[in-house]
Amino acid sequence: MTVIQKKAVNPIAHLSAEDIEIIGKELDAIRDRVIADRGERDAKYIRKVIKTQRTLEISSRAVLLFSLFPPAWIVGTAGLAVAKILDNMEIGHNVLHGQWDWMRDPKIHSTTWEWDHASPSDQWKHSHNQLHHTYTNVLGKDNDLGYGIMRVDEDQPWKPAYLGQPLWNFINACFFQYGIAAYDLELGKNLSDGGHKTPEFRARARAVGRKIRRQVLKDYIVHPLLSGPSFLSTMAATFTANLIRNVWSHSVIMCGHFPNGVETFEKQSIEGETKGEWYLRQMLGSANISGSKLMHIMTGNLSYQIEHHLFPDLPSNRYQEIAPQVRALFDRYGLKYTTGPLPKQVASAWWKIIRLSLPNRRTAQPGPAAPALVSSSPA
Amino acid sequence: MDRLLRLAETVTTPLLPEDYLDLVAPLRASAALRGRIVAVRPETRDAATVVIQPGRAWRGHTPGQYVRLGIDVDGVRQWRAYSVTSVPGSPDGRITITVKAIPDGTVSNHLVRHARPGTIVQLDQAQGDFVLPDATPERVLFLTAGSGITPVMAMLRSGLHARADVVLVHSAPTRGDVIFGEELRALAAEGSLRLIERHTDSDGLLGVDELDGLVPDHLDREAWACGPIGMLDAVEGHWESNGLVDRLHTERFRPTVISPGEGGTVTFTRSGTTVEADGATPILDAGENAGVLMPSGCRMGICFGCVLPLRQGAVRDLRNGDITTAVPGDGVLIQTCVSAAAGTCDIEL
Repeated sequence: MTVIQKKAVNPIAHLSAEDIEIIGKELDAIRDRVIADRGERDAKYIRKVIKTQRTLEISSRAVLLFSLFPPAWIVGTAGLAVAKILDNMEIGHNVLHGQWDWMRDPKIHSTTWEWDHASPSDQWKHSHNQLHHTYTNVLGKDNDLGYGIMRVDEDQPWKPAYLGQPLWNFINACFFQYGIAAYDLELGKNLSDGGHKTPEFRARARAVGRKIRRQVLKDYIVHPLLSGPSFLSTMAATFTANLIRNVWSHSVIMCGHFPNGVETFEKQSIEGETKGEWYLRQMLGSANISGSKLMHIMTGNLSYQIEHHLFPDLPSNRYQEIAPQVRALFDRYGLKYTTGPLPKQVASAWWKIIRLSLPNRRTAQPGPAAPALVSSSPA
Repeated sequence: MDRLLRLAETVTTPLLPEDYLDLVAPLRASAALRGRIVAVRPETRDAATVVIQPGRAWRGHTPGQYVRLGIDVDGVRQWRAYSVTSVPGSPDGRITITVKAIPDGTVSNHLVRHARPGTIVQLDQAQGDFVLPDATPERVLFLTAGSGITPVMAMLRSGLHARADVVLVHSAPTRGDVIFGEELRALAAEGSLRLIERHTDSDGLLGVDELDGLVPDHLDREAWACGPIGMLDAVEGHWESNGLVDRLHTERFRPTVISPGEGGTVTFTRSGTTVEADGATPILDAGENAGVLMPSGCRMGICFGCVLPLRQGAVRDLRNGDITTAVPGDGVLIQTCVSAAAGTCDIEL
């Protein structure tokens, strides 16, 4: 059985196949304990967050009706930015993961939820829940790695076009919701291989178009019109709120899989992968962010990216609670639990993007790169 | 009005205006039907009456009908059907249901022991045909046991005994377990009806052969029976053997379950979820356990709130073993709460 890795130092060389299966069993046990205990307390939590978000959004938009007055502009914009972040991160992302489906409330269910975002929720669910979460950090399979436009791993061959990637990344951060929509459509791939002509793609593209139209109509026409003389300043306020939300969510998501210490995996390495090996890949392929309770909520608890990737459908309020148990497991098996404060992780991810826009300093292997699969078991 | 609504939707997209209105006015007329629990009054050691203020969309009920109620128990929305025990058209618009806590009953125990005033519950409009006909029969017999008294109580409270000669034969474990015991005895004492109480802990279960002695004219009366399966089966058999089955009306609380079949793979086609279900598990349970948002209702095969199209495959009705099959293109509607997989099947959801 081979488990991954093409690096000078193999972070899992010391683990036997049995170790990996025991790690899997221990993680299963953590999950079972949460599910057995899941109940009213969790339901109250998500309903409170949703209520807070809606109250904040409606009152911020009300304040922005008078956005001609600078204090109203500042308060309204800040409130709307926070409301949009809550909608996308702690509520939207997690509801769409099915974290709250167990409540059987049709109003808070992955099959019915729609979010304040350019990408329609069903398309996002496919590319995110099915592709990214299944093939996490597998080169050539997980499009989240560099979003198909950037070089985020030494193993990706360098091309001159990558020189511009710090700029692409910055532009992507500012308009992140549209980047995600294009990514969910696999726009680049479909345009280059003719996939954009299929009826299936056209239907999906039309759905994205409809979603964007509604979003733009609301943010940049209806609410400014309702503001009367404050038309332009309200428009600027919603633009700023969207910009803040985009940059914030881009930063948080970059911290999930790009910082130093996070491992990537070869396509062949996941063939015949066991549950334990899948868990191990999630453990090594994700990074956390440390910080205050408020910071965790504002990241949608994606600051517990490791816990989220191990158990994508557990309620987000539980990640914080199980983190010490997960970390203890990392320590016991000599694995690296990657975490750090937000500024450090963001800087680390940005540095990687800048560094990899240039060719590798030293070519590890001349000629065609042969996958150096490292066997974890002696056999 | 339509235009105004569309404009409001462009303001609130991707949410709906109702999502915001629900925060402040969950019982308004345009909202999905809900109710607020106003009070919970104990009736016996294991039964309680729940007073509910329904939303403005409530269309009222006929005595004997039931209402489907959805309540969050430990964070999970659960739907059950309960007979309405109040009289239609009360001045404050409130309705009551009376619930008996059954062993291991998730919802009944919650309602009897833990439900608090102020809780919002989901409701459906009243339904069911266990009601009196427009022309009241001259002589009426009620055969009830346990919580089976609840639909009958609504009929009595609406003053049936003033229009008809009523005999009520009711079974409960002890005198103290008789739901509405005081009220029924008061009616009997004033001569409004004839009440025969059977306390089964001391006197044993009532046999249909005893009816001749207790109510000699019972076969001449229009009869309504509500109670456990065993009792209803016996009562139906008795009326059938006398060729008078059209004089008997029954309300069943639980399905009769037959021995399990072989089960199979169930695919929910729209959500893309696939589960292995055994032949004893209702497809409703199998789907819910896999996180599929299943429509559901009484969970006993009477309300049709859980009906979904079977696109292809075979299911077995857990009550009588009937097999229902569908080939692609068919889309047979099946009740998922009383249907188990009998081979591979595709459910459209």
